[in-house]
Amino acid sequence: MTGWQMLFYKEVLRFWKVSFQTVAAPVLTAVLYLLIFGHVLEDHVKVYDRIGYTSFLVPGLVMMSVLQNAFANSSSSLIQSKIMGSLVFQLLTPLSHWDWFVGYVASSMVRGLAVGVGVFVVTLGFATPEFAAPVWILVFALLGAALLATLGVIAGLWADKFDQMAGFQNFIIVPMTFLSGVFYSVASLPPVWQAVSHLNPFFYMIDGFRYGFFGQSDTSPWLSLGIVGGAWLLVSLLAVHLLRIGYKIRS
Amino acid sequence: MPAVSFQSVSKTYTTPKGPFHALSDVSLDIAEGEFFGLLGPNGAGKTTLISILAGLARATQGRVLVQGCDVQQDFAQARRKLGVVPQELVFDPFFNVREALRLQSGYFGVRHNDDWIDELLASLGLADKANANMRQLSGGMKRRVLVAQALVHKPPIIVLDEPTAGVDVELRQTLWQFIARLNKEGHTVLLTTHYLEEAEALCGRIAMLKNGRVVALDRTSELLKAASGNVLVFKTDSALPAALAAQARVTGRVVQLAAHDAQDIERYLTTLREAGVDVQDIEIRRADLEDVFLSVMAGTSASNLAGSAVAVPGVGAPATAAPGRPKQGAAPLGGSEDTAVPGVGAPATAALGRPKQGAAPLGGSEDTAVPSVGAP
Repeated sequence: MTGWQMLFYKEVLRFWKVSFQTVAAPVLTAVLYLLIFGHVLEDHVKVYDRIGYTSFLVPGLVMMSVLQNAFANSSSSLIQSKIMGSLVFQLLTPLSHWDWFVGYVASSMVRGLAVGVGVFVVTLGFATPEFAAPVWILVFALLGAALLATLGVIAGLWADKFDQMAGFQNFIIVPMTFLSGVFYSVASLPPVWQAVSHLNPFFYMIDGFRYGFFGQSDTSPWLSLGIVGGAWLLVSLLAVHLLRIGYKIRS
Repeated sequence: MPAVSFQSVSKTYTTPKGPFHALSDVSLDIAEGEFFGLLGPNGAGKTTLISILAGLARATQGRVLVQGCDVQQDFAQARRKLGVVPQELVFDPFFNVREALRLQSGYFGVRHNDDWIDELLASLGLADKANANMRQLSGGMKRRVLVAQALVHKPPIIVLDEPTAGVDVELRQTLWQFIARLNKEGHTVLLTTHYLEEAEALCGRIAMLKNGRVVALDRTSELLKAASGNVLVFKTDSALPAALAAQARVTGRVVQLAAHDAQDIERYLTTLREAGVDVQDIEIRRADLEDVFLSVMAGTSASNLAGSAVAVPGVGAPATAAPGRPKQGAAPLGGSEDTAVPGVGAPATAALGRPKQGAAPLGGSEDTAVPSVGAP
């Protein structure tokens, strides 16, 4: 077993030991969204002229859960061990910056996807899913999880205290997810807000993911793939660079 | 090839108040199998030096080699050779003791390591805590786990950054017994401590740091020889005559006066008698490492020591002295000398077993003893 596998194992073990909080709770939150918005809007909204609101909402909620939990895992693990001081145990080891990167990102993807699968399974009781293009589902789930896991690494390295981390999460990650079309089709917005939405990379993750279910989306899945893939590449370069120079973890 | 080689290491931190030189041109080699002590007041740069060695910090200038491997260029190899016990009592609250050790072992690429882990747990008195969560352990137990974590990949070089700070006597004995055994088996040990009796008893060679510079570097026995005077120790409630007050080290009721020879002692006693000072519990003891330390820290360079008899306690460290260092257990006349460089084996533990009832002694006291040195 090489270094990154051990780090991966440790990170998975870490969230699994508190899975009530890290997996079960986010599933419940997503289901509550589904119950409430589904109940209120099911009879009033039809998307793409044929899809009931609850069915439409499911992929968005699944993806939102994947994204938020992938981010939460790497970021909170890093900031906790920074503040507790236990990061020193990893800093003393021969783990390279690539080991760190792969270990943190892969484990956070596991958490994001575990929550996503959990949400999806529970929503089976509320809506029968379509699987128009399952490969896209998989591709966007993995890419979205990877992108947010990587952002979590950057935020975890950058933040010096929990307050800053909460700011990053509540003022950047949450608004960008909520305004990305989780709860609505961006096509239903006025043109100005449509244009603004198209500047939000989160929009492409949700939209591409949803395409996998319905075979229909606000924009082409290829465009979404290009943008999400490109974004992941960029943030990965940044994250690997920060790990290499030991940004805020080696003085 | 030295086990560890610091070559002109400097470290400068940029602070809002301008650059701060934590280390200035530190060069020293530690040979294979040595038990090496790194001493100095708080802020002298001990931990910075160790951080650079361990890869937790980067040197601004110079380089550090671990058995020939550069700690930056060849960091993976260098870190495999090092077992570092950090100063802070840190732990990962998610795991129990065995998990923490297995993980640490895995980071170094050592798998199926449970035999060695069991041996470590047994040697450090942790066998019954293997499945306890780190959060449930007492401070002393956490400290033992830190030691176990540092040794889990069987490093040839062990670095201990103040491992006994705030640790009770029993654990200190266990710990030193264990470390001394490892040293006998060939491990190189680099130790920083504020407990100078420990350094005196354990370390074959010692470097003293002050303001980021090496101000003394020699065999422990040579350092002690350089301070080969005696110290007159007594207790009194009265004020000292001015002639003595200037050179005495006063700690509460305890007064210590450096004496090169019997004449000095006679002179002191005469002065005291003439001044009518009521004196109790008179002892004469050999100067020990603490006296050497205070003398070095009071001077500006190691050259103080070169002139052998000049290096006497009390000279530069005025009457403020250290509160907690009464050394009540100190045997009169050279009690500590024989334990000075015991080759670290069994006698070491005996030496450390000395109760020294002032138990909290040097750790905190140093700050007050040498107030100007620790900045910032």
